[in-house]
Parts: sequence; C-alpha cells; structure tokens
Amino acid sequence: MKVEQISVFLENKSGRLADVTNVLGGAGINIRALSLADTTDFGILRLILNDSEKAKEVLKENGFTVGKTEVIAVEVSDRPGGLAEILNVMKDNGINVEYMYAFVQKSGGNAIIIFRFDELEKAIGVLKAAGIRILTGEEIYTI
Amino acid sequence: MIWNEEFETLPREALEALQLKRLQHQIERVHAAVPYYRNKMEEAGVRPADIRTLKDLGRLPFTTKEDLRINYPFGLFAVPFDQVVRIHASSGTTGKPTVVGYTRRDIDSWAELMARTLSAGGAHKGDVVHNAYGYGLFTGGLGAHYGAERLGAAVIPISGGNSKRQIMIMQDFGSTVLMCTPSYALNIADVMKEMKVDPSSLKLRVGLFGAEPWSENMREEIQKRLNLKAIDIFGLSEVMGPGVASECIEEQHGLHIFEDYFIPEIVDPKTMEPMPLGRHGELVFTTLTKEAFPVIRYRTKDISRLIPEPCSCGRTFYRMERITGRTDDMLIIRGVNVFPSQIEHVLMSIEGVEPHYQIIVDRQGSLDVVEVQVEVSENIFSDEVKVLEKLSRKIEREIKDLLGISCRVKLVEPRAIQRSEGKAQRVIDKRKL
Repeated sequence: MKVEQISVFLENKSGRLADVTNVLGGAGINIRALSLADTTDFGILRLILNDSEKAKEVLKENGFTVGKTEVIAVEVSDRPGGLAEILNVMKDNGINVEYMYAFVQKSGGNAIIIFRFDELEKAIGVLKAAGIRILTGEEIYTI
Repeated sequence: MIWNEEFETLPREALEALQLKRLQHQIERVHAAVPYYRNKMEEAGVRPADIRTLKDLGRLPFTTKEDLRINYPFGLFAVPFDQVVRIHASSGTTGKPTVVGYTRRDIDSWAELMARTLSAGGAHKGDVVHNAYGYGLFTGGLGAHYGAERLGAAVIPISGGNSKRQIMIMQDFGSTVLMCTPSYALNIADVMKEMKVDPSSLKLRVGLFGAEPWSENMREEIQKRLNLKAIDIFGLSEVMGPGVASECIEEQHGLHIFEDYFIPEIVDPKTMEPMPLGRHGELVFTTLTKEAFPVIRYRTKDISRLIPEPCSCGRTFYRMERITGRTDDMLIIRGVNVFPSQIEHVLMSIEGVEPHYQIIVDRQGSLDVVEVQVEVSENIFSDEVKVLEKLSRKIEREIKDLLGISCRVKLVEPRAIQRSEGKAQRVIDKRKL
C-alpha cells in the first residue's frame, strides 16, 4: 500500500536541481513524480522513482543528503470535485496532510496524487473504507 | 587507577596550601636566577614577597612565546648549565624552535606525571606500551617513555612512521596500550584495513592520544576503528611536555590538570583579566616545581575552560575541557568574545547534529551579523520543511543561551563547508574593521 519516496536536501544554489537529475539520469533511473519544497535557504526535493534503492545509493555517492519516507499514492477521478472527495474523508477523520503533489502520469482516466499524512496507517484505513483506490508501490514504480 | 593517591586526591584546601607554598618558592627562585623574569617583575612593580595568596599570582606579568623567542636558546634557564641533563625543543612554525631544559629532578617529576597520565588512562604494570610518539627533540616520545617505565610497563620505543611494521609489532609483541597523535592513530587504522588486519584480533585496550587538537567525532572514529578506549592527554613543551593534564578512563570527559605541579588560569585573551570559574578563555600555566625551565603565567593561546565539579574517578584536580580552539580564532561580536569551539559545543549537544559548521561574520551598517552554516547530515534531514526549520531555530536559541549573541542558522549541504587538508576553516570574517 505504501510507496517509497526519496527526499534530497538542496542548498538554494543554481544548478543543484540539475545535478540531482543528471545523477539519476546517468544511473538510468526514471522519475515518476516529484515536488520541490523551497524555503529562503534550502529546498527539499521529493521524488518517486522506479528504483529507490539505487537512487539513494548513487545520490549518496555524489555527496547528497538523502532521506527515505513512506507515502501513499491515491487514484483520483479526473473530474471536478475528485480531489475534494478524498480530502473530505481525511478531514472527517482528523488526519492532517503534511504535503501532497500530483503525479506526472495518469492511471487510466484518473490522476494520481502523492500524499504524506501525519497518521499513515489510519489514512490507509479510511481511504480504503471510503472506496478510494490506493496504488501499490509496484504499480507506481512500473508505470 | 590513581597512581599517586596522596596528591591526586588532596582536598582542595590542602592542595591550595601546597600550591601557594610551591609558588612562593618558585617565584623567589626565578626572581633570583633569571634576569629577564626579574626585570619584568620590577617593571610590573611586584616583588616575590608580594605573593601572599594564590590570587596574588594575578599580579605577575604574563610570559608569551615572544619572551621565549627573545631568550633563545637558554636565556630563561633558571639553573647553572651543568645542572641540565636534557634539552628538548618544539618545532617552531616560523624560524627558531622553542628550547626547554630539564634537571635530573625535572625528569623525575615528568616521569611521575606521565605515570599518572598512563594510570588515569587505565594502563598498569604488565602492560605493553606501544609508544609511537616521535623520539627526538619533540617531548612526546621520551616523555611517554619515562612515564611508562615508571609505571612498570614494558615500553616498545617504536617512535613514529612505518605503519606496516608498527602493526606487525602490535600483533607479534601483543601491544596493549597505544600512544601517538590522534591523526597517526587514524593512519594506523587505515593501514590496518589495507592489510586486512582485524583490530579485534589485537590486544590493544586503550590509546593515549595528544599533541594536537582533536574532536569527539575523531574519538568515536578511533575507538570504533581500533577497538580501544581513546583517552585525551595534554601537555606542551614550554610547560613540561606531555603530562600536564589527562582524562580519566572512568569519565573520558575533561582532562585532570596535575595541579600540584601546575597552576592553571583562564583569562580573557583581550583584556587579560581572569574569567569567572567555568567560563571559556585562554589557558595560562605557571609551573610550580620546574627547576631548569620554569614558566610564570605562560600564555598557551589555547582555548579551554575549567570544570570544577568533582569527578567520579576520585581525583580532586580540576579538569580542563578538551582544547578546541586557539585565541587566534577568537571573534569579538558586538563586544562579546566568541570562540568557534563554543559553537561546536552547542552543535554537539544537539542530537544528530554533526559539528561541521562555518561562522560567517559580516557588518550591516554598524551592526555585526553572524551566520552559522551547519551541514545537514542524514541524521537530521527530514522530508518536511517544518522539521528542519524547527532545528535551525533550536540551534539559534541554544547559541543565544550559551554565548549571548543572536545569530542566523543556515542549513547547508554536507561538504559545502570548505575543508582544507582535513582542517576546516571555521570562521570567515567579512567585516572591514
């Protein structure tokens, strides 16, 4: 049910984002989804990749600080109110979204959104109960 | 184990009485025997008879490396030359070395001090002491050697260099105690790895490392890679050589200064006024028993602080915090003396934070602004912005609490902070004063 996300610490310096993508590209790793959180001093790049382990390895070799987090990928119907439906389920159950970002590709006719919740297991439970489809890691990595 | 129970556990009051008696005698002798010191005392308007309490030590003039240089080579010797049985010299970074002499009794005191040091580090009779400090003009080799013999241990006077042979001898002779500089210990660990020698197959139990500044991180690395307990020892040739202060194996926290032989002071390196007990400043030593080469209020330029709290090992001597800085690195920020080592101290106290930092001082208008750049290691990295921002604020708060200055903490990528030859440049001062 959970998807592995790699996060990378980046100083706000030109070219650092390019460096990360060059390292990944050079190692033959494909980016499935990404988001960049930025502050005045630094950024946190979050990535869903087809090979997290390898990515972690090559990024570390190149001197990046890398973290690993579990997130979930949820299928959202591509229509008005699709996302609201999911967020309402979270609101009703008192679960906080730490952050979220959308997937590059679609799953059939639906969009995919990556969520980081404060209570991961609870979130999985309530999404399932509400009949919302959660994609597995395997499905995501092989899209 | 405590080598000299009688002196090393003296109640404070008795210790201070002994210090005063020895100080008065020392000052009288130096005044009579060394014209240079006598002139300096006269200029300062102090006579030996003015030293009535330990506090009166503060009336005497300081001695600096410059005084030693002026009197090169033997001008500050306080005994007739035929009393000198040993001469050592420290490598001068510029020009002439600093020369020190020892009488037979000085050599004897030194052996006692190094036996105490070894004993504090957990060494004992029956140990095989692998002495890889350099033998020669440098005080490390012979200082450690005489102490180990006094202890009753078997000394291998291997000196420095040829690490492969060192490791072979460790294996074949069953070395139990290693003595060398901390950086050489890491070099031995590297060579051991190359040679595929498992450190746990050796008998090494403890290492006494000194003669250069090192960090807690280095200690952890040495302990892990050489499978021994690493003890920090301190000394400088101007004062004695090794054997001025040593950590105890019980605490490995702070180095007990052998206060029956040396009086330590901590002074503000700018105003030269004494700092309150426990605060950071420049370490100053006065020798109490040295015959050939006594020093009075010798400025070490090393930054430390005294730890007056009692120690679990039972020694009553004050401890000095490990040396992490030099007065040359001192910054004055908005009138407050700041040592990079204090910032390091704050960082080390926060879990997961590595002491890789750089301090950037600049002046905006008439105000000093300080930015502390801290490297983000995997231990503190988070995928959430708020976690990292909270950490920055925490570091800022703790620096403010300890140092009394406001600064801005900026998180940076590892290795973003320049390292030159393994020694990082800690301070960048952009102020044009």
